[in-house]
Amino acid sequence: MRYLKLLEYALASLLRRPGKTSAILIVYTLMIVVLASVLFLTQSLKTEATTMLVSGPELVVQKTMAGRHELVPTADAVRLAEIPGVKDVQPRVWGYYYDALTESNYTLQGTGGSTEELTLLQGRLPEGEGECAIGAGVAQSRRVNLDDDLIMIDHDNIGRIFIVTGVFESASDMLTQDLVVMPDDSLRLFFGMDKGLATDLAVSVYNPKEIETIANKVKRILPDSRPITRHELLRTYHAVFDWRGGMMLALFSSALMAFCILAWDKATGISAGEKREIGILKAVGWDTGDVLLLKFWEGIVISLLAFLGGCVAAFFLVFLWGAPLLSIVLRGWSVLFPSLQPTPFVDLYQIATLAFLTIVPYVASTVIPTWRAAVTDPDEVMRA
Amino acid sequence: MIRSMIYLSLILCLSGTIISLLFWSHFSTIDFINRELPAQKQLVRVLSLTDMALWTEARYTRHPAMADLFSPFQDHPASFEHFPAGALLTPSGPRPETTLIFRHKEQL
Repeated sequence: MRYLKLLEYALASLLRRPGKTSAILIVYTLMIVVLASVLFLTQSLKTEATTMLVSGPELVVQKTMAGRHELVPTADAVRLAEIPGVKDVQPRVWGYYYDALTESNYTLQGTGGSTEELTLLQGRLPEGEGECAIGAGVAQSRRVNLDDDLIMIDHDNIGRIFIVTGVFESASDMLTQDLVVMPDDSLRLFFGMDKGLATDLAVSVYNPKEIETIANKVKRILPDSRPITRHELLRTYHAVFDWRGGMMLALFSSALMAFCILAWDKATGISAGEKREIGILKAVGWDTGDVLLLKFWEGIVISLLAFLGGCVAAFFLVFLWGAPLLSIVLRGWSVLFPSLQPTPFVDLYQIATLAFLTIVPYVASTVIPTWRAAVTDPDEVMRA
Repeated sequence: MIRSMIYLSLILCLSGTIISLLFWSHFSTIDFINRELPAQKQLVRVLSLTDMALWTEARYTRHPAMADLFSPFQDHPASFEHFPAGALLTPSGPRPETTLIFRHKEQL
């Protein structure tokens, strides 16, 4: 009951200064919305990326020359296949294509001879020369659909016509947005690539525990190669979307610091009226602990409201409306950018981290200056 | 006491919303894992995909896992960075998994 009365008093005290209270509440809520949105979105993208790409190639072997990525002879695949523990070596043919019509970059990928029926593909994978399957982004930007023609300019500056045999469904946008898939030989012909060359080699192994050992052996057999393990591939995506890294940290820390400055300024600048209030409370019998408890409640009242409101808003903004503001920032210079419909990988750890990083500094910066006023003599405080 | 009652009701209501959203996110995740993920994994496996199609602006942002660390400099001498994708990609640092051991010919 005592705490309920203190809460009532704290609410009355906050409502006596409606302008100041609402200004703090709005800024506080907006900060939580921004931070929570970034946290939710990056966590979702990271989890989606790492759970999907876990079925990618176990080891990719690139050839390097003069410090740059170079095409690898397919004959090297035979040498690598002889390493004990290697199940299969598949040459991968892929590259980039700048489409001057839409001013966007496409990724051209070879099928590797696969004709498997894909759940997320409307139609089928291309089998013959002059066929291709395209991502939803390419289909949208070029306004082509299933069984339409897609014209692209090859390495000889000659326009080539491809019949679209499949369009990837928008559920796979995060993986296929800019993809144009065609048989390896068609792609080699398009790029003017020699038949005995590939972009890189995908190595699969029998025992995943041996990947590192096999990577070392690959490096020994082909000294000018760069083996990239699946672990490294996944680690890259952890680094890209880690909230502690890069821009996320800059955004997070700058917003937090700005808010701390605001809270500190607001809290240290206790007005004469507030000081008098503290003095009167002490004069009528409140002890220092009660005054501190009151100010603590005032901080908690604002913090809880801003935190819960901000979290709910961020949830709706990111997972129901597809992070409209953040996707503009994330998009950068990309012409083809998938529409974000992230899967909500949110757990209590994230909510608790956010609560700790935002509520504690605010409550502390509210209570500490009050303590200074509360320990001084009531008469002195009222006269000041 | 009416003010505190209204405030507590509001907090309870917001907490309830957060808890329901957490439950919803849990069930959505399970749904994603059971229904969508196998299809996405099949796509990645069949096409040997290594990267997400998020940033198509440069080679090293389209395939961050495949690009070498100095590839930003290869696009254009003055083009060091593609914002914000370049800012999001932190350098992955040394790669201890693929160490190279040197031996003298006599030791082989």
